[in-house]
Amino acid sequence: MNTSPELRRWERFSPAERIARAVLYILTAIAVIWSLKTIDIIPEFLYDAPAQSADLFKRMWPFDWAFYPKAIHNALIETFHIATLGTILAIILALPLSFLAARNFTKNPVLRWFAQFIFVSSRSVNSLIWALLFVAVFGPGALAGVMSIAVRSIGFVGKLFGEALEEAQNGPLEALAATGAPRSMILVKGYWPQVEPAFWSVVLLRWDINIRESAVLGLVGAGGIGVALDAALNNLYWDQVGLILAVIFTVVIITEIVTSFLRSRIL
Amino acid sequence: MTTPQHFVSRREPFPANWPVRIAWAGLALYTFYALSTLDVSWARIVRGIDQGATLLGRMFPPNTAADKLELITTGMLESIQIAVLATFFGILLSLPLGFAAARNLAPIWLSTAARGVIAICRSFHPVIVAILFVKAVGFGALAGILALIVATMGFVAKLFAEVVEELNPKQVEAVRATGASFLNVLVMAVMPQVMARFVGLTVYQFDSNLRNSTMVGIVGGGGIGAPLFTAYQRFDYDVVLTILIVIIALIMLCEVFSARIRRIFQ
Repeated sequence: MNTSPELRRWERFSPAERIARAVLYILTAIAVIWSLKTIDIIPEFLYDAPAQSADLFKRMWPFDWAFYPKAIHNALIETFHIATLGTILAIILALPLSFLAARNFTKNPVLRWFAQFIFVSSRSVNSLIWALLFVAVFGPGALAGVMSIAVRSIGFVGKLFGEALEEAQNGPLEALAATGAPRSMILVKGYWPQVEPAFWSVVLLRWDINIRESAVLGLVGAGGIGVALDAALNNLYWDQVGLILAVIFTVVIITEIVTSFLRSRIL
Repeated sequence: MTTPQHFVSRREPFPANWPVRIAWAGLALYTFYALSTLDVSWARIVRGIDQGATLLGRMFPPNTAADKLELITTGMLESIQIAVLATFFGILLSLPLGFAAARNLAPIWLSTAARGVIAICRSFHPVIVAILFVKAVGFGALAGILALIVATMGFVAKLFAEVVEELNPKQVEAVRATGASFLNVLVMAVMPQVMARFVGLTVYQFDSNLRNSTMVGIVGGGGIGAPLFTAYQRFDYDVVLTILIVIIALIMLCEVFSARIRRIFQ
């Protein structure tokens, strides 16, 4: 044997990696323990939680089916419109910004930074909080809902589509430029065919999310089925609440099936 | 005069794609139809822009009175605690659920059942789940934590199941062939394969829980959402702005940290 055992010893991590990981584990433990110790939980409320939950389900069933044609159906259609229009508006607003954010299209770092800034601010504020602001601006109703869905989605669509643009291959773009194609044609015939699948997949993903989100916007007055949910909750009509939840569940499942079908067709 | 043959048979370089064009036209039609049903008019948008200017005027400057800041700090800390605890316990519950949902490990009846649970967790918005938990366990942070645990399970368990399904069995076999115990197999063969993705998922979910923990307070689930909603309803828009600035700053900070953590565990 000519190799000493020390030389053959195999280590997965360097000491620095080990320390970094250990520090993270310790920080996580500290965060969890700190949260557990200081969080304000009222234990008295917990004692009757099972009874309260049982009561909740007992009051929900049977559903108040007559409520569906009266108030839910129109609200449901409105929710669908809010989510779809919001997504469309978000696309219109996000497309130019995503070109600004793409490194291979925009050379100016200030413009790129500007687009990134808009994306981050759009994503940092929750859709419900955007809805609060837009209700204050446009008054209660679907318009506020559409605007909040759109503004919340700009960051998501713009960021992901901008990343797809950055992955576009340069060859077709240069070939088009060499034939003397104007910049607008390079966009339509050079970039678009390359990023189209990514575009639709991002849009479908966001639309799916927006259907879920638009269902709660009504809680702050931004239209859709959430308004009916809020009214039923405030009146303690749990049989109506149960029906609304069942309707939302059905719609979300249908949306998921539709988007996964469309995705398999497009990609 | 003869026409050269190869020019005649030249293919149109960009052929028209009629199904796609019809789809675009349909989308445009739908947009007009939906706009007409929604009571969206130009006059309303113009009035809204006026209103928006007033709103912005009342928001500035942000309110930094000491008592408000104290209120905001308490609310923000509670939001962070909600996010930390919901992520921690949510992940703990997602691990077994993810394994149960993985089709390559669990029997079919178990994976189907687990997938059903995941689908139910995923389909409701955290705010709706929070409403139900507020009724079940009362107002306060616990309702928010439970709601976000449900959201965490829906997301992490689903993706973790996919990670487990992509597991490479060869490495597991190789380690087992050396005579390793079950725990050794887990630590040396399974963990290295799934750890990076798992940490990525956890960090992403923490980000997402932090965002949502600022919101569950609107329906009584604890955190910064309650002071935010109160300030909004009292038209204290300068306080609203302060809270929004704090939320955005915290989330940006969190994004910087999560990028760093992901790099450590790559």
